[in-house]
Amino acid sequence: MDLVPNPSQTVGPFFHFSLTTAAHSVRCIAGPQAPGERVWLMCRVLDGDGAPLNDAMIEIWQANAEGKYNHPDDPRISAKDPTFTGFGRLGTDENGMCEFETIKPGRVPGPGNVFQAPHLNVAVYARGLLRQLYTRVYFAGDPANQQDPVLALVPAERRGTLMALSDPARPGHWRFQVHLQGEQETVFFDV
Amino acid sequence: MGPLANERSIITPYRRHEAGSQPPLSYPAYQSNVRRAPTKPLILLPHTLSEITGPIYGHGEIGETDNDLTRQHGGEPIGERIIVTGRVLDSNGRPVPQALVEVWQANSAGRYIHQRDQHPAPLDPNFTGAGRTLTDENGVYRFVTLKPGPYPWFNHYNAWRPAHIHFSLFGRAFLTRLVTQMYFPGDPFFPYDPIFQSVPDEKARQRMISKFDLETTQPNWATGYKFDIVLRGPEATPFEG
Ligand SMILES: [Fe+3]
Repeated sequence: MDLVPNPSQTVGPFFHFSLTTAAHSVRCIAGPQAPGERVWLMCRVLDGDGAPLNDAMIEIWQANAEGKYNHPDDPRISAKDPTFTGFGRLGTDENGMCEFETIKPGRVPGPGNVFQAPHLNVAVYARGLLRQLYTRVYFAGDPANQQDPVLALVPAERRGTLMALSDPARPGHWRFQVHLQGEQETVFFDV
Repeated sequence: MGPLANERSIITPYRRHEAGSQPPLSYPAYQSNVRRAPTKPLILLPHTLSEITGPIYGHGEIGETDNDLTRQHGGEPIGERIIVTGRVLDSNGRPVPQALVEVWQANSAGRYIHQRDQHPAPLDPNFTGAGRTLTDENGVYRFVTLKPGPYPWFNHYNAWRPAHIHFSLFGRAFLTRLVTQMYFPGDPFFPYDPIFQSVPDEKARQRMISKFDLETTQPNWATGYKFDIVLRGPEATPFEG
């Protein structure tokens, strides 16, 4: 039986009291016991005028430090890791920002039998967006980025939009800007 | 690290959307879209483990009244009590069990409890308008709530949203995530609503409209609406061996 998926519709401006309450936000993607390099990732979402979105929601899905997803369709996962879900979800504040705590993921197998560079899978929802935007966060300076099969699909001059930048003053802190439009428009994927 | 043997054979890609069945990225009749929709083309991503896996989220944190929005406070909220139920299926027609369904809506006067909602209609102290539930083994979900009122917004002169309930669903993969809206049959605002009209295909638009259902309706208690939701499914059944 072939069915057509329901159309997406905007999350609108009023989702917070359901999706991003204190109980249903997920700031910490990897508990303190989770092995791996600890990362605090500040995300910021800006519109075509450079104005911050105070009504966006960001979701993150990522692998653990070994590059395995906490999911039955990852055949390499042996048992669910209670310290690590791989999922994060936050609403942006008045400055368009939100901060996740997690670990840097390991390398996940990619197309063509090569490993992908460490990356977080990101979905952006907001008033004005009729469907979520998919992008990825890579870690600037990671040598694995050179061989990443997904980055290879992106024109070289736009790859920088997918890079989180580390804060030299604060080890473990990274920043990722989502530009919905403009010169620095972030690369979004058709998944 | 070297190549990983057999890794490719276990990736079953998901089906891509049919043309016209989803809203476009850019739809300027919806004002908020103009400075927010990306202008550059999306980059087509082959599906990897990153896309075909996804969060198993929300299990074990469903409260007893989370699927009955009329019982979350001390008293009865005011409005038309309704039952909204349906099945969550994938595009191959298979039920999606144990899927988290989250909803939010305005009250019967068309007012959200949200602090940024400026519509001068009354709040209802007995109604929040947020709910959540998991689908059962057949993919069935069920909510008891109130029929939301239409509400004005600032998109254009005399703009009103058709009555709707917002739905957010987690399927099996990160790419099956769906945030959508459920509408009610015969709503007079459909022709004027750019969010509803943003979906190009007429049949696809009709799929966002719930159906009145007498079987779901309970005598002397609540009217019933059926709303099935289809999420993306894998391209083909993976073969064993
Ligand atoms: Fe709404």
